[in-house]
Amino acid sequence: MLCCLISKTSGKAKIGDYEIGSQENALKIRKMIGLVPDNVGLYESLTAYENLDYYGTLYRRTDAQRKESNEYFLKLLGLWEKRDALAGTFSKGMKQKLAIARALVHDPEILFMDEPTANLDPESAKTVREFILELKSQKKTIFLNTHNLDEAQRICDRIAILNTKLMAVGTAQELEKSVHGRKTVIHLRQVDEAILDSLKKLRVKNLVREGNKLTVDVVNPEEENPDIVSAIDTAGGRIETVTVIGSSLEDAYLKLVRENKQ
Amino acid sequence: MPWKIARKELKVIRRKKSIMFYTIALPFLLAALFSLVIRNDVASGIPSNLQLGAESILYFFVVLAAVLPSTIAGYSIVGEKIEKTLEPLLATPTTDGEILLGKSLAAFLPPMLSMWAGASTFMAVADYILRNAGLSYYYFPNWNAAVMLLILAPLAAIFSVEAGVLASSRVTDVRGANQIAGLMFVPFMAVFVAGVEGIITLSITTLLIFAGGVAIFDVGLYFVSKGTFRREEILTKWK
Repeated sequence: MLCCLISKTSGKAKIGDYEIGSQENALKIRKMIGLVPDNVGLYESLTAYENLDYYGTLYRRTDAQRKESNEYFLKLLGLWEKRDALAGTFSKGMKQKLAIARALVHDPEILFMDEPTANLDPESAKTVREFILELKSQKKTIFLNTHNLDEAQRICDRIAILNTKLMAVGTAQELEKSVHGRKTVIHLRQVDEAILDSLKKLRVKNLVREGNKLTVDVVNPEEENPDIVSAIDTAGGRIETVTVIGSSLEDAYLKLVRENKQ
Repeated sequence: MPWKIARKELKVIRRKKSIMFYTIALPFLLAALFSLVIRNDVASGIPSNLQLGAESILYFFVVLAAVLPSTIAGYSIVGEKIEKTLEPLLATPTTDGEILLGKSLAAFLPPMLSMWAGASTFMAVADYILRNAGLSYYYFPNWNAAVMLLILAPLAAIFSVEAGVLASSRVTDVRGANQIAGLMFVPFMAVFVAGVEGIITLSITTLLIFAGGVAIFDVGLYFVSKGTFRREEILTKWK
């Protein structure tokens, strides 16, 4: 819908300065976006270079612009040596990289990516992720659609959780904070009453002792943990490890989906 | 832009050996077959009905012009859908008209060039046979041949291409599109049969009238193709 491939059902959305919905704006929007669909959709009987060059012509790039961008992206993604090989002979990872290059040949302001690392081996997925981060550092707006929450957390500045409808939008930290149930686990060399008293004074929630391990409930570990560590240190405790468990982005996602189903 | 789309299509077609073989070989096979027919007919001298026989045979190349593009045209849109290349294509700022025209050009050019080459070969061989059989002049080329090959055949090919592209954007599998597009030779075959049976004479006037009718259909089909090309439906409803 945002790529103007299908009509909007209701509501409003803007890409750049153009509102989706009209045929006239659709053409303008398509000029300023790049799309990496879930299916790479390459012409398998064309070479890697021909695939890029064809899309360059569809975006009305000049011969010189196409030559420059084709070479730049093929080299950047490690496909230059394979530029004359048919796309049909490429591995999944290479095809995915070529599809990303294809979406970038016209230097779009906004890039839409649908599951760009799905079905890739870990090495190829890492290459693609690093390339996306590189694009991000070039101030491109990237709209990444993924089921991989770890990937979303690593790449995205803002995350929207969708489950038939938009359920939440925010940074990874903001979404994580929306879910209670995170715990800080502290391993000490030795736990004594002074340490327990100092933590009770901090009014930590659900303090549990198991041998030399203490567990407390936290809402915002980044803010609460320094105080906890400081209190233990002041009470003479020797901390071995501090670990935050539970309530990741995945927990936030699962909680929101469950709520939506109810 | 349509020419750029056509150029890519031609590259893809060039690498599909079965389509290339069918497109190139058929006109030459027919040229060889029809040359044998002419040779048999003149074995005992120039026949009195030479014009009817030679013109009817040449008209068959018009029928061929309506048959050959169906494979390429039928594959044009549904092929993109099957190979999953349609989504990125439709995400570019290319208009429906440019896509349809580009695809049509690519489906039109190879069959037409191939048909002209086959018809030229046939005319050259037929002239050679007829001259050896005692005809005092070169029978081909003549005005009838010019109207058939330079006016009617291209219009027939356009008719087939447009019907093929239209079918390709309305059906969900290549075979269905090819079958529908393949039917477009029927009106041209009907004229061929009518000519052979003597119901009509394949004179310049008859051929021009028929060409005029085909041209009207060609224009109409273009607008129908453009008006019924539903990007969204193709993307969302075809599986």
